[in-house]
Amino acid sequence: MLAGDFGLAVKWAMEHQLQVGRMFDAEDMVDVSQAHMMADPESLGEAGVAFVENLAETDVKVRVPMITDPRGVDLNYYEPLGQTENMAVLERRFIAACKKMGITMTNTCINYQTIMPPVFGDHVAYGDTGVVIYSNSVCGARSNFEGGPSALAAGLTGRTPRYGLHLDDNRRATKRYQVAEEPQDLMDWGALGATIGRMAGSYWEVPVIEGIETVPTSDQLKHFGAAMASYGSVPLFHIAGITPECQKLEDAGGVDLEIIKVTTQAINRLKEPFSAVGDLVDVVVFAAPQLSIIEMAELAQLCRGRKRSETTDVIVCTSAQVYSDAVSMGYVAEIEGFGGQVLVGTCFYQQYAREIGEANGWIRLLSNSAKIVNILGGYGYQPSLASMEACIASAEKGIIVK
Amino acid sequence: MRKELKCHVGIGPEVKGVALVANDNFSARYDLDRINGVFSRPQHKLYGKSYKDVILVLNTAKGGVATAWMLYEMASREIAPKAILFNSVNTILAQGAALAEMTMVDRFEDGDVTKLIKTGDLLIVCPDEGKVIFAH
Repeated sequence: MLAGDFGLAVKWAMEHQLQVGRMFDAEDMVDVSQAHMMADPESLGEAGVAFVENLAETDVKVRVPMITDPRGVDLNYYEPLGQTENMAVLERRFIAACKKMGITMTNTCINYQTIMPPVFGDHVAYGDTGVVIYSNSVCGARSNFEGGPSALAAGLTGRTPRYGLHLDDNRRATKRYQVAEEPQDLMDWGALGATIGRMAGSYWEVPVIEGIETVPTSDQLKHFGAAMASYGSVPLFHIAGITPECQKLEDAGGVDLEIIKVTTQAINRLKEPFSAVGDLVDVVVFAAPQLSIIEMAELAQLCRGRKRSETTDVIVCTSAQVYSDAVSMGYVAEIEGFGGQVLVGTCFYQQYAREIGEANGWIRLLSNSAKIVNILGGYGYQPSLASMEACIASAEKGIIVK
Repeated sequence: MRKELKCHVGIGPEVKGVALVANDNFSARYDLDRINGVFSRPQHKLYGKSYKDVILVLNTAKGGVATAWMLYEMASREIAPKAILFNSVNTILAQGAALAEMTMVDRFEDGDVTKLIKTGDLLIVCPDEGKVIFAH
């Protein structure tokens, strides 16, 4: 591959992987069963799209099943959102290049709920931090955070440098957290994940968590992990008695670690900057991660028979796989009846958040996603956090309510 | 006064530039206005500061995978740092640096790099040798 016998694209991929592997002292490569690439046009820009097009022009094909993270433009709904034709053109060019290389455009960050979850011990090359932390922690698969270029390289070579979370030693717990109160709704799970993520604060820390007695749902762990990865760049956690590599605390090596208490006060301190009860709200967003069919059902039920305020927009992001079920179940109709807009195959923060905010006059944003409120401060928003129920009640009144 | 700092072998070419230092973390998506080349997250310690052509010295990486593409995109428009030095890098930043051919090193032997280097220091970063030289 390095010699160019498999073409220039594969040569680039191997050179890229060797550079990264050298930085992390990888001794060899490991075969991967799947790759998943994050690549929205805002991140790629003209330069990134041209780079991918140039690879595709060599007629290279991916060597393992490769899927994609959410797109930045819903090509069926971009002008009303304030996105430009140039953004859509960039998106179309990227999609065409990916298809030419044999990449399956799943456009989802919940592939572990909808496409093909990795299995225990499976080595994969996944992008999207939420996908990686869930796959590592809940499924027991093995992936580093693979940024778009590295995920693409793994797709082209069918392997990845063996470092980080592909190695047993790096999956052992390094911090031990004791939770005082079990989270209830999705926002609570996100806030707990965010708090632990901020406390751990490094890609190389592995939290083990005690004090969770009730087995969480996939959606709860989805929000928990996505927030932990967002606030702390953490790619793996263990929950004692629940996640597969930690049926007992000693399994993950947590027994001798100092206990760090995660107090209710610590969680409240994290949430405090995102509290704005009584403020006008411009947009309510359900995204990051994309909603599962169960979340769509819950949202539809909350929307039933109600109407959003004329001054508050409501955006819901889900995957194409979930969307078709949500249509057939009538969930989309109920959300639209409330005045919400369901976007397909995108995620709000990945779709030119600054530009669509400016185009629509959105500043005060409300969400039940601890991840999205963390991200959007840098995009000119004033983000606030509330439960799904409070988000819908706020959208109805146009004012943030408890 | 120190003459050089040892670190882990890194990525990218040898570069010379002026340091911009903060004991804070980094994500291109979360923290930057990439059009104008400034830190845009109000809570960031470098809020409002330009990162163009400087050597950023920060604690660690945070957040998402987008930074990998974004470093390449920033470099293509020449509104990018010359190098980024971290106490501890995550995989995304290293992968992005490799694609963007941006200099990046981490893991300094003498301790917290955000204390060892001060804003305004003139530095030469040598990733292949794993060292940073004070040029003044």
